[in-house]
Amino acid sequence: MKFDRAAGINPIDQLSVVGQPVARIEGHLKATGRATYAYEWHDPVPDAAYGEIVGAGIAKGRIETVDTDAAARMPGVRTVVTAQNSGPLSKGEHNTAILLGGPEVQHYHQAVALVVADTFEQARDAARAVKITYSSRGGAYDLAAGKEGSQPAEAQDAPADTQVGDFDGAFRSAPVRLDQTYTTPDQSHAMMEPHATVASWSDDTLTVWTSNQMVAWAVRDLAATLRIEREKVRVLSPYIGGGFGGKLFLRADVVLAALGARATRRPVKVALPRHLIFNNTTHRPATIQRIRIGATRDGKITAIGHESWSGDLEDGKPEAAVQQTRLLYAGANRMTATRLAVLDLPEGNAMRAPGEASGMMALEIAIDEMAEQLGLDPIEFRILNDTQIVPDSPDKSHAADPQSKAGSRSASQQGLAFSQRRLVECLRIGADLFGWGARASQPLQRREGRWQIGMGVAAAFRNNILMTSGARVRLTRSGNVIVETDMTDIGTGSYTIIAQTAAEMTGVPLERVEVRLGDSRLPVSAGSGGQWGGNSSTAGVYAACVKLREAIVQRLGLNAADAVFRGGFVLSGDRSVPLREAVRQGELVAEDSIEFGEIEKQHQQSTFGAHFVEVAVDTATAETRVRRMLAVCDCGRILNPRTARSQVIGAMTMGVGAALMEGLVVDKRHGFFANHDLAQYEVPVHADIPHQDVLFLAGEDPMSSPMKAKGVAELGICGVAAAIANAIYNATGVRVRDYPITLDKVFEGISA
Amino acid sequence: MRAFTYQRVSTPDEAVDAARTHPGAKFVAGGTNLLDLMKLQIETPMHLIDVNRLGLDSIESMPDGGLRIGALVRNTDLAADPRVRRDYGVLARALLAGASGQLRNRATTAGNLLQRTRCPYFYDTNQACNKRQPGSGCSALGGYSRHHAIVGGSDACIAVHPSDMAVALRVLDATVETLRPDGSSRTIPIAQFHRLPGDTPHIETALDAGELITGVTLPAPVGGVHTYRKVRDRASYAFALVSVAAIVKDDGSGRIALGGVAHKPWRDEQAEGSLAQGAAAVTPRLLAAPRPTSDNSFKVKLVERTLASILAERKS
Repeated sequence: MKFDRAAGINPIDQLSVVGQPVARIEGHLKATGRATYAYEWHDPVPDAAYGEIVGAGIAKGRIETVDTDAAARMPGVRTVVTAQNSGPLSKGEHNTAILLGGPEVQHYHQAVALVVADTFEQARDAARAVKITYSSRGGAYDLAAGKEGSQPAEAQDAPADTQVGDFDGAFRSAPVRLDQTYTTPDQSHAMMEPHATVASWSDDTLTVWTSNQMVAWAVRDLAATLRIEREKVRVLSPYIGGGFGGKLFLRADVVLAALGARATRRPVKVALPRHLIFNNTTHRPATIQRIRIGATRDGKITAIGHESWSGDLEDGKPEAAVQQTRLLYAGANRMTATRLAVLDLPEGNAMRAPGEASGMMALEIAIDEMAEQLGLDPIEFRILNDTQIVPDSPDKSHAADPQSKAGSRSASQQGLAFSQRRLVECLRIGADLFGWGARASQPLQRREGRWQIGMGVAAAFRNNILMTSGARVRLTRSGNVIVETDMTDIGTGSYTIIAQTAAEMTGVPLERVEVRLGDSRLPVSAGSGGQWGGNSSTAGVYAACVKLREAIVQRLGLNAADAVFRGGFVLSGDRSVPLREAVRQGELVAEDSIEFGEIEKQHQQSTFGAHFVEVAVDTATAETRVRRMLAVCDCGRILNPRTARSQVIGAMTMGVGAALMEGLVVDKRHGFFANHDLAQYEVPVHADIPHQDVLFLAGEDPMSSPMKAKGVAELGICGVAAAIANAIYNATGVRVRDYPITLDKVFEGISA
Repeated sequence: MRAFTYQRVSTPDEAVDAARTHPGAKFVAGGTNLLDLMKLQIETPMHLIDVNRLGLDSIESMPDGGLRIGALVRNTDLAADPRVRRDYGVLARALLAGASGQLRNRATTAGNLLQRTRCPYFYDTNQACNKRQPGSGCSALGGYSRHHAIVGGSDACIAVHPSDMAVALRVLDATVETLRPDGSSRTIPIAQFHRLPGDTPHIETALDAGELITGVTLPAPVGGVHTYRKVRDRASYAFALVSVAAIVKDDGSGRIALGGVAHKPWRDEQAEGSLAQGAAAVTPRLLAAPRPTSDNSFKVKLVERTLASILAERKS
């Protein structure tokens, strides 16, 4: 199904199942331990051997010698795989560093060997007996130092440099100016389930049970890496214990499990131990961001510039931290610049809301600072500079709202319009609900015992990405509906919203819908990433269901145009036929995918929100504790308010981590993230998270898909950290521009 | 984890006998730290002696009004004991500030004292660490050292002791009772139990090889207001940046011990003499000649302000 114009009324609009706060349909499996995660596939592969990865002990250099003899002689050891005996390997399209290093070492804890043994304990012990000597070469590990030699780099298909109007001139002549630099640290996804794989060969065909957000990408990159045909690879990933972008790509556990299984002619399972994950896998790269804003005295932005520096391995990519600044606030003169330094740290890549999460951490402090300089309430300043037109596309007049008459468009309305943008409503409604009026406009005004109290706000912004997504639906002879797609559920609720979609479309009760996900033999879906999964994958199911409905109507000899599917019946004209009549002679199967045409270019599709935070800062120690939070979200139709809310409160929690504690610490001498376990890389615990409220603005976005839904899971993190930083400022008068805002950074500026 | 043999013993004498016949053996009770370290091969004992069934799991009132805490009393039980809560509030609070409920259910009194540092370079076996591998060097010096010592460190080691409980025991003047491999017993004042790193950071306590902790004794209650303030970025389940155990009397005099600043719980009885004059007076004496790193120099001021906050709260 091609989706290339605004969605009209369709069966989803009934909202009898879709839009309802349905509990997760697979929830009971997870609560009772019967959802099988990657490492737990004992039944199909009962005789698996265990593989333990050896990570490189240096960041950059060369392996001089590998002595595996001692390890190979240890009890139970079946093989030791290294680059010397693995056979030739290539690199996946989405990998920057190779997944089995040697003799060159590209980053710390890069996998350089796999020890396979009969038991896990034997493998782990023997992995320590692999003796490797290295010659280490000095590498570049310091982003601040690498800034000088950095190069322009395209960021998520956006040019390295963008210009609108005359930024320099407008900024120079602006009566009120801000020029500040902000830094964000490297961050780790720190998902609950480690990367894990069970691999099994049958002749030349490979099956892997793994934990991966993007099944089709995994097939492609695994086949490429092993230099075998894609048809010879099957990837299963039905349950995923968190990903956050850390499992978008093929990682070492998959490749090494496959190599180990090939070498031993036996299934092999590999999980990354927690202490390897931080340096072996990908992370959100650190950024240095300079933001300049010029405004008139009454608060109209006239110039806005955002530059970002990040680092990655050779041939890597930058963090796209400036992209929201092209879209979020008005202003005639604008520039962005994205620069990339080559660093020999582990590979940087996507983590929840790549680009915007980091960019909003900086931009939304800058906006708060600017509002203060102007003497404006930060909400009013944002509203004053709201725009319904993409501000850096003044010439894209071809793409305005198709419902408006071209002739009546004023010059200021020309340009690419947002499909839907209710940022102002988010801010106003949120301010009302949160009690923003009680906030003191000056810092240090509210004290309770030893705590200084402050409130902060930030806008939330994340683009809405559309991805082709396929599905197959069956109406079985017993009248049940089975949905099959390689879509993944990374804890988000995909199973549930897909079942809701199929139930709505076919008129069968939810409990009669079975959803099969995460298998590369099923139709290729959008996968889970970039907050595109919910809308795109259900739209794919919608497309397949439309075909199924056509087949049903045809078999029943009904009029397709007025057919209504409800309560297990098809209603048409004055007829009401049980659905099962259609499958008396055999089940019906339909398959289709949703494909998004030019519609993405006709409107800018983004999601918006506002985050409100109240913090308490200890006047002696500067410990910051968040007291309450509210997110108001504008992200199209909410397919399931319960699972959507869970996504947003999870993202808000991650935002608290980003604000207050999360940061990979680079050992700049040896080139690695030193705090590589969960005792030292701190993420929020229950005690850090207060009352959280989430409000979704009612409505739908007909430009996004037949579902009229948009992404929600990443919007929830964007802006949270800045809202907390702004609240800390409001509480204490200390402005911290260097994340995470640990107590030592606030401490010097406060007086007990 | 290296292969090891395992033995369960049922009396303290059996335990020390077993340790004598298996040089390098380790006692294991809760195992909350030792097993993690064994998995990473930071600890590689060939033999484990399970002491969980020694019966040292009761808390007895002593004739002098003090308490004798069995070595195997779990942290949860110790923190919940009514006598501890009534007379030794600083200990109950310190215990509950540490770890998680699950860990406290397993962790024992003796094991808590024997926790090893959480220095990241101690945990990463690719890195030099004099504590893990004597003579290899100290990667924390010049490296990531935010959590490290500001006093009492050496050129060989700037690690800190991670225990909260031990800081409270230090301020309470507890004594550690042991059984030696030769069958004799002794008591070690808590002040002498943990060592500063010096040139031998791998030697962390006064215990001899094979010496078994059998209990910890608290002297009679000293009264005063008991406080344990643990300062950390995360509200729970994090090691202290600094912690302050304080017992302050009505006249403003009292005792203070610090966690998160040294290789052992940090206390200076002489410096305490100026406690009544306030945090600004006592801190420079308590942290005389500090040697912080650039990562943790904030801790000096943080100690003073935390202490000032405790004193101010007591007054209000």
